Amino acid sequence: MAERMGFFTDTTLCIGCKACEVACKEWNDVPDDGFVFRATSYDNTGALGADTWRHVAFIEQDSRWLMSSDVCKHCTHAACLDVCPTGALFRTEFDTVVVQSDVCNGCGYCVPACPYGVIDRRERDGRAWKCTMCYDRLRGGLEPACAKACPTKSIQFGPLEELRVRAEERVERLHAEGMTEARLYGEDPDNGVGGAGAFFLLLDEPETYGLPPDPVVTTRDLGEMWRWAGVAAFGLAGALAACFLRRS
Amino acid sequence: MAECHPVGYQWVMEARERGAKVFHIDPRFSRTSATVDRYLQIRAGTDIVLIGALINHVLTNGLDFREYVLAYTNAATIVSEEFRDTEDLDGLFSGYDPESGRYDTTSWAYEGDTGKTEEMSEGDPRHAEAAGSDSYGARGAGSTATPPTDPTLSHPRCVYQILKRHFSRYTPERVAELCGISPEQFAELAEAVTANSGRERTTAWVYSVGWTQHSVGVQYIRSAAILQLLLGNMGRPGGGIMALRGHASIQGSTDIPTLFNLLPGYIAMPHAHRHDGLDHYLDREGGDTGWWGNRRAYVVSLLKAWWGDGATEENDYRFDYLPRLTGDHGHYATVMGQIDGKVKGYFVVGENPAVGSANGKAQRLGLANLDWLVVRDLMVVETASFWKDAPEIETGELRTEDIATEVFFMPAASHVEKEGTFTNTQRLLQWREKALDPPDDCRSDLWFYYHLGKLIRQRLGGDGIDRPVMELTWDYPEEGRHRDPSAEAVLREIGGVDADGRPLASLRELKPDGSTSCGCWIYCGVYADGVNQAARRKPRGEQGPVAPEWGWAWPANRRILYNRASADPEGRPWSERKKYVYWDAEKGRWTGPDVPDFEEDKPPSYRPPEGAKAQDALAGTDPFIMQSDGKGWLYVPSGLADGPLPAHYEPQESPIRNTLYGRQSNPARRTIDRPENPYNPPLSSRFPYVFTTSRLTEHHTAGGMSRPLPYLAELQPALFCEVSPELAAEVGLENGGWATVVTERTAIEMRVLVTGRVRPLRLGGTTVHQIVMPYHWGYGGGGLVTGDVVNDLSPIVLDPNVYIQESKAGTCDILPGRRPRGQALLALIERYRHG
Amino acid sequence: MAGGWISRWPVVRQLQGEDGRREAARSRRTDALRPRVEEADTVARSVCPYCAVGCGQLVYVKDGKVSQIEGDPDSPISRGRLCPKGSASKQLVTHPGRQTHVLYRRPYGTEWERLDLETAMDMIADRVVRTRRETWEQTHDGKEVRRTLGIASLGGATLDNEENYLMKKLYTALGAIQVENQARI
Repeated sequence: MAERMGFFTDTTLCIGCKACEVACKEWNDVPDDGFVFRATSYDNTGALGADTWRHVAFIEQDSRWLMSSDVCKHCTHAACLDVCPTGALFRTEFDTVVVQSDVCNGCGYCVPACPYGVIDRRERDGRAWKCTMCYDRLRGGLEPACAKACPTKSIQFGPLEELRVRAEERVERLHAEGMTEARLYGEDPDNGVGGAGAFFLLLDEPETYGLPPDPVVTTRDLGEMWRWAGVAAFGLAGALAACFLRRS
Repeated sequence: MAECHPVGYQWVMEARERGAKVFHIDPRFSRTSATVDRYLQIRAGTDIVLIGALINHVLTNGLDFREYVLAYTNAATIVSEEFRDTEDLDGLFSGYDPESGRYDTTSWAYEGDTGKTEEMSEGDPRHAEAAGSDSYGARGAGSTATPPTDPTLSHPRCVYQILKRHFSRYTPERVAELCGISPEQFAELAEAVTANSGRERTTAWVYSVGWTQHSVGVQYIRSAAILQLLLGNMGRPGGGIMALRGHASIQGSTDIPTLFNLLPGYIAMPHAHRHDGLDHYLDREGGDTGWWGNRRAYVVSLLKAWWGDGATEENDYRFDYLPRLTGDHGHYATVMGQIDGKVKGYFVVGENPAVGSANGKAQRLGLANLDWLVVRDLMVVETASFWKDAPEIETGELRTEDIATEVFFMPAASHVEKEGTFTNTQRLLQWREKALDPPDDCRSDLWFYYHLGKLIRQRLGGDGIDRPVMELTWDYPEEGRHRDPSAEAVLREIGGVDADGRPLASLRELKPDGSTSCGCWIYCGVYADGVNQAARRKPRGEQGPVAPEWGWAWPANRRILYNRASADPEGRPWSERKKYVYWDAEKGRWTGPDVPDFEEDKPPSYRPPEGAKAQDALAGTDPFIMQSDGKGWLYVPSGLADGPLPAHYEPQESPIRNTLYGRQSNPARRTIDRPENPYNPPLSSRFPYVFTTSRLTEHHTAGGMSRPLPYLAELQPALFCEVSPELAAEVGLENGGWATVVTERTAIEMRVLVTGRVRPLRLGGTTVHQIVMPYHWGYGGGGLVTGDVVNDLSPIVLDPNVYIQESKAGTCDILPGRRPRGQALLALIERYRHG
Repeated sequence: MAGGWISRWPVVRQLQGEDGRREAARSRRTDALRPRVEEADTVARSVCPYCAVGCGQLVYVKDGKVSQIEGDPDSPISRGRLCPKGSASKQLVTHPGRQTHVLYRRPYGTEWERLDLETAMDMIADRVVRTRRETWEQTHDGKEVRRTLGIASLGGATLDNEENYLMKKLYTALGAIQVENQARI
């Protein structure tokens, strides 16, 4: 298996240009998300969803304007994947979590399972969609479209371990420069999702950016459930094999 | 810059990471403001007060880079004793004619030059109507490269002393009172700018149309030029004044101008009342010293490129084939010509004036009065569809059935469906390869004009008026299934060839005798060695940071202009840290990572012999080689229409009285006093608020290349205004609701974004509210999202030097709710007009 | 087809010892995924058409259609990066709303009509020649001017240098002087 790959989104470098949103859509052929003026600063796409896989939040505060590009966290313990009954969601060789649109039957179990509210069903086709970390590009050795486009390298892509080290150093430097509010979000392997494959450097509480402060995987006990599924399937597979034998 | 040039902004972000301190000065708190060290909110239209105060700060405290200033600027030059400053005449310079609203600039000349510049510039008042060319700023024939000077800078008429006196009233107190920037904020800025200038450090200024779209736009840039010259920040790495231009080849459109007053390479179009034959034209259109002294070679080579073998010395190289100007033939004058029925046919090519130009109603009334209109674009932009969906149809001012204009919409090829060069904001030409053929009827503009030219020639005869067209060189190789003319062949013509058709290597090879031809002298060498130099793509990893082998920059592939100034008068780097181009005494050459913007073998010790011409008249210590004296001009003795120095004047429409001078607005500004173009009165209580227009990252100009795209339209789906919570409370505006903004031109509606990013400005005892509106929306244009036209609010009032409109500062009223429809809208405007 | 789909069925693969959330779950389509730029027939080196920064673009073409436009990492200006507009360039070129046919509105007309390209070119050439003749001004205030104020032009600043050059050359020869560009305004 390849190294675990991830995103480090450093919001101190974000200029809110939304290149990530557009580059993602162009590469992944994601439809538009409607034309609604929301009067929420410069944000008119609202949140991550089936048709928005990168989302730039704009937070207006007294003396500053925070911008941050949100994305699927590609959790170590991914509830969406755990609850998927069809195998549409799977973990890739890069340790990312991807939905296979040709397998997804639109049951929607994954949607409430996600502690971040990322994965979502698309009205038009009923299936579940989210960031794939450009799985097809990764297989060709390319970086994801959003990270490639990002003009200021607020979005950084690479081996997760390297990104974690780089992020720690960045926080230390910012602290030394007096930006004591700088903190990482989602990088800790001991957190509620076992560490996110996409983590962030924030300048305020996660809630300020619309991120849950302490997300917990909704399927902590699912390892057990998988074993049960295996036993049940064994019986079914035997029956099916018999059918095929008869036909051949 | 983050807002409109995000990818260029990566370098600013990187500089900040490396310790650079970045200020953002803007009426609007944009995405740039959010990512800099310090944001200074300024009242729209007051930047000269701020920059003037910085200049005053430098002069008063002796913070100028004295060695640089003495050697490289005209600080020591003595000005004519006829000159009177705004200090003497309460806001006017000498030479003002109140009747015409124009200056006779004779008295602004250097001592000893007065006779020459009189002949050169405003001697004929009719010429004052035509925007000047660059050569026009070179003082005039017969002026010497060494005007009288006082190197002690103490002569009362030397530029340095004139400057000191002129800017003495630009104080931090005035900045607070007029700009709304506190003395503490000003002090921080002044400290940063001066501490980061000198031998070891440089400061750069970056601007966009927020500085140019004013009735004093050119003088904004002039004020920055003065400051940068005083601080020694020109011609050096990390210095300069950078125009961030807004369109892919807007620099190229200026260099090879589709502009009325210029021929390619900033050469003046001839003027009926100033020029007779070629010799007369050349005599009057520039000086003999400095590089413009070579202008005969440039003009003759251009005429040879256009009329080929038919252009000979005997017939003045067909100089008589060039049509003559008689005044302002610019965009807004053209629109008035349309309304008056003089302009019958109009080509609009990748432009959308019905949405993008000031006073949209005047634009559309002009379009509705044409015989025929050709619009070439990717989409049916509002300029093409005005006859069915203009706002004037809704109000009843126009009726589709009554509009006689015949309209041809010609679909254009996109940037990937044709090959050619763009010139970017750094003067860098980059060749684009063609990826595929355009679909259906789409064609490049190159195809269109080439084939149109052929069809026109088939229809013309041989009489006098047709000869310039019939004899024009118009024989480019045709390629591909659409018979596209070869763009490389055109670029080759632009880059210049010798008598045998071999591409020229450099503009120094251009000859005044007709043995070379060159379509644009500053681009000479772009096809050197028969190689398309603009197509070079050596990866950045394989060359140094200057990257001289990526594309090709004019002139002569120089990446920093006037880079001789990066070395001291003896040719040594000012410091190791800021080493760039310097004199290698051993090799007897200028050297460095860039191409020297100087004769490569002219030593610092060179002194011109008596009577020398062109570059030979400039010393080895004169870096500003286009100027007739080789000096950076702190004071501009010729070439400007509204003063040799910047002075603050309020915008045409302003709620604030100009407390610096007895003159409210630029005395030389150009107004168009017609019923289609009424102005809000200054200081009017009917129009108490300031508005400024802006752009958003998610859209492009008038929207033709962004509103039809779902991925961009969804990001900013509606026209909105940004207002402060205080103004919202005062007027009754709700976040997410609707507002109507009113001027004497019209009223438009938009959504409301109430934001603490916009703050009321407290100017002395007065509070000024500013309203910010992006201008990307229109009524159609194939847009997935539509909206009212912000430029319908703007008046046509122009800078007198370049005829740019004042879009960045106007006055208005704002009301809660949507605007009235139909006739009721006209009634609302009438009520405001008669207040 | 031996083994066929059944051998790929997640449950079967899981029973064979694969992790049900990794290898066992992969569909055939997933296994075949590659970045589509690898399949491009051609790649053109281009430049973004929006602002004047001049970011490098790579334009990938597959089967006569643009399949992707992204930043050119070799560019010393942009280093492979693009803003939202640059990133939307493929949509600019390929979106279905793009107008690709000549349209004609006759005087006093209320609707667009279709016109073939050749006819339109002939009609425009006719009009230029006629208007030029009708509005020709040989002298003005007693001075030779050799021009027409009857024909004007306004260009956008996304015109190539070569295009601007041919425009200025042709207009000047025709005597049309009201030739303007976004670069002024």
